[in-house]
Amino acid sequence: MRALIRRPLGALGWTLAAAIPLCFVGLFFLWPVAALVATGLTDGAALDLGGIPEVLGLDRSWRVLGNTLTQASLATALAILLGVPAAYVLYRLEFRGRGVLRAILTVPFVLPAVVVGVAFTALYGPGGALHWLGLDRSLTVVVLALAFFNVTVVARTVGGYWAQLDTRQGQAARTLGGGPVRVFMTVTLPALGPALASAAALVFLFCATSFGVVLILGGREFANIETEIYRLTVQFLDLRSAAVLSLVQFAIVTLALGVSAILRGHSERPNEARSEVRPPRRSDAPVIAVFGATVLLLHVLPIGALVRRSLAGPGGVGFSLENYRALVDPPPSSPLHGSVFDSAALSLGIACIATLIAVTLGMVVALVVSRRPRSRALSRGIAVYDAAIMLPLGISAVTLGFGLLLTMHRPFGIGFDLRTSVVLIPIAQALVALPLVVRTLTPVLRAIDPRTREAATMLGASPLRVLGTIDLALLGRSAGLALGFAFAVSLGEFGATAFLVRPDAQTLPVAIAALVANPDPASYGAALAASVVLGALAAGIMVFAERWRVDAGVGGSW
Amino acid sequence: MRTLTHSTSHARSLSRALGLLALPLAGALALIGCAGGDPEGGGASTGGDAGKVSLVVHDSFVDGKEFAKAASAATGYDVEVVTAGDGGELANKLVLTKGAPIADAFFGIDNTFASRLMENDVVESLPADILPARGAAIVAELDGQKAESAEVPLAPIDMGATCVNIDTAWFEKAGLAEPATFEDLADPRYKDLAVLLDPTASSTGASFMIATIAAFGEDGFVDYWKSLEGNGARVVQGWTEAYNTEFSGVSETGTRPIVVSYSTSPAFTVNEDETASNTRALLDTCSQQVEYAGVLKGSANPEGARAVVEYLLSEEFQSGIADNMYMYPIDEAVELPSSWAKFAPLPAAGQSHDLTSKEIQAGLDGWLRTLGDAVGL
Repeated sequence: MRALIRRPLGALGWTLAAAIPLCFVGLFFLWPVAALVATGLTDGAALDLGGIPEVLGLDRSWRVLGNTLTQASLATALAILLGVPAAYVLYRLEFRGRGVLRAILTVPFVLPAVVVGVAFTALYGPGGALHWLGLDRSLTVVVLALAFFNVTVVARTVGGYWAQLDTRQGQAARTLGGGPVRVFMTVTLPALGPALASAAALVFLFCATSFGVVLILGGREFANIETEIYRLTVQFLDLRSAAVLSLVQFAIVTLALGVSAILRGHSERPNEARSEVRPPRRSDAPVIAVFGATVLLLHVLPIGALVRRSLAGPGGVGFSLENYRALVDPPPSSPLHGSVFDSAALSLGIACIATLIAVTLGMVVALVVSRRPRSRALSRGIAVYDAAIMLPLGISAVTLGFGLLLTMHRPFGIGFDLRTSVVLIPIAQALVALPLVVRTLTPVLRAIDPRTREAATMLGASPLRVLGTIDLALLGRSAGLALGFAFAVSLGEFGATAFLVRPDAQTLPVAIAALVANPDPASYGAALAASVVLGALAAGIMVFAERWRVDAGVGGSW
Repeated sequence: MRTLTHSTSHARSLSRALGLLALPLAGALALIGCAGGDPEGGGASTGGDAGKVSLVVHDSFVDGKEFAKAASAATGYDVEVVTAGDGGELANKLVLTKGAPIADAFFGIDNTFASRLMENDVVESLPADILPARGAAIVAELDGQKAESAEVPLAPIDMGATCVNIDTAWFEKAGLAEPATFEDLADPRYKDLAVLLDPTASSTGASFMIATIAAFGEDGFVDYWKSLEGNGARVVQGWTEAYNTEFSGVSETGTRPIVVSYSTSPAFTVNEDETASNTRALLDTCSQQVEYAGVLKGSANPEGARAVVEYLLSEEFQSGIADNMYMYPIDEAVELPSSWAKFAPLPAAGQSHDLTSKEIQAGLDGWLRTLGDAVGL
């Protein structure tokens, strides 16, 4: 009797909880995207699917699809190759400054693409320090730039898992005479397999839908599906072809998410392992060397080129703080409304709201998807739910922006036009941050041994008491990191914000883009300085978030 | 009985827990609500209050808050400004939201996209007598109507030109004569010196392509672009990359002394006492750009919208255009910055290579696709 009453109520509670984030994603993401795709695929009132064979019959579409898959595969392979040593150094070794290093390595991930494009051009382009390599405008630079963003994703996903990996098996193998390489290949690597595969799927997703970097560094020669959708929508207003390509992209994203979900399901096991973190030894030298080279060549060089140029005097000669002075005291030719610091303040305010939304909803989602129901159907339902919440990671920003324009004119009888309201900005940013929050929090909850909950229940705790004292308490510990991520991602978010109709207020990345597009060369200098400020803000937030989290090992493994 | 008690307490604690989760969400929504209600950053609303009027602009508009203040004072309406991307993006958004416009009036559609608005029936006509003489002449050309027509679809607000710019210091140092015409750019003497913009990715690049079509015809421009490509011209994605990174005139990393930019660009490369500029615009390679404003069909406040368009044409606004937007005011009576006459002249009437907005609207997509396939952009 008791069980009968409790179950429906529990189910009702969970359904309600699950419904809130789903409504949010459905209302502000699925509906607008579906509306835009539908507009492209209907002719008057009738369904017009003629565009599908037509667009798929074009050589250009296949070239763009080929580019997308080639770039994403190569960049994923490179990110894994360089990310695994990084994961080892950052999550298995203990040394001073490790937290700061982890935080700094997150910065590339939250830098706006326009800034990264400019930094890579400054390095590999004409006059750049590495121009002699002849890599300018090549597939190599596109792949390097994509890896620049994503090595950190691999390091976090794999590192978070590696930190919890039971080391006893490896130690046993060592005792039995296995060399470090052999032990890594035969024991550690297979154990890391699921985390590696899950990271690869996620990185592939990020790379396959990359917009700004591919547009700037790849041009038309290396155009991917995302930049092609942009070109068709913004340049040609060819919604028909754009809708077809959106469907193709949707298929790729769904596939990557599906693979990721399946592999992740294997990787998150109850946390009962004994792992050991130790100071570096001499035998770690090769791994540390690879990690050092990655950071230096892939990350420090382009960012260094950016910082150096931001400090250049007039005409690019000597050193000067002129560009930084322009941030506080804009020159008369500045295209900005107010100073860069006004934009930074606005960005911080909006990021606060976006973070609040993303973390609140993310906690609910994490609680829901970390359940392990006995029913197979229910488990599968939860997996689908999880994937649905992840979808905003992989849909074109221009599709979302134009879709919101079609749907947000006084939706549901709201008294004002949401399309032109500042409200949509934090909502769009929360949509982008939500999946990352979920990915940060879910592993923590999944790592809870179900027996702990069962024991608590046996001792008479109500399900809510269990939730409060076990789940929420653990969540609270990683909440700092989730908050940090959500905040940094909202702060650097450019794509979705740029395609919205915005009230007269510019977020920092949008301000940087406006400065970059301004004819006065001084504005370009100010854009470089503003990019450095944005990078420093993001780094500061991540350092703070890394410090805040209580348990260093768990969490953060998306 | 015991079960009953249990389930009630359960229900109570459940609602408490849900409340716990709902609290931050409610807080977030309240915060959003506040942000939305903020009169300065707030949502423009089409409809409702007759004292309100909203203007949607492109990203390079002047300081919107200052503008709103000045325009409110001048028109007596409560003016709000929203931005919606660059020129082409703004035009497409206006077409997509036809019937339920995102604002009452707009500013910043140039001659490349003006016809798109007219053909899609997005704009409300305006009385012609609000325009200054040069504006009336331009709009007559746009509309194909007689100059004395009483109504016009759009109001030209400012103008400029896309021109090839050169680094004069570079040519002096190299001892090479400066190029002057389109043909020069294809001359082997100027091999590997030019940076062009991909017209399919950049509106400035599209404007330069239109100049080449006006000069060489729809049948000839592709061959001209092929000869440029054969002469080592580099085609990049955006104006910023071309001008700030590749062009030797402003960037220490730049190696190429010929670039596609604006007729006003040399005014930004003057020396400190503004006596000389190290770059120059080639006025025989220009294409005119005109930026229009107008009233959107379906506006809740058409009178207010018209008042804002009239304010854009007023001396107060027109006199700030050169300094704030690097464009020429449409009203010729307005004084220009002193350095402009010297360093940023506009090509003479008839000197620039132009097409009508109608011709552009009819041909643009086709030209972009043809050129893209031919040159492999």
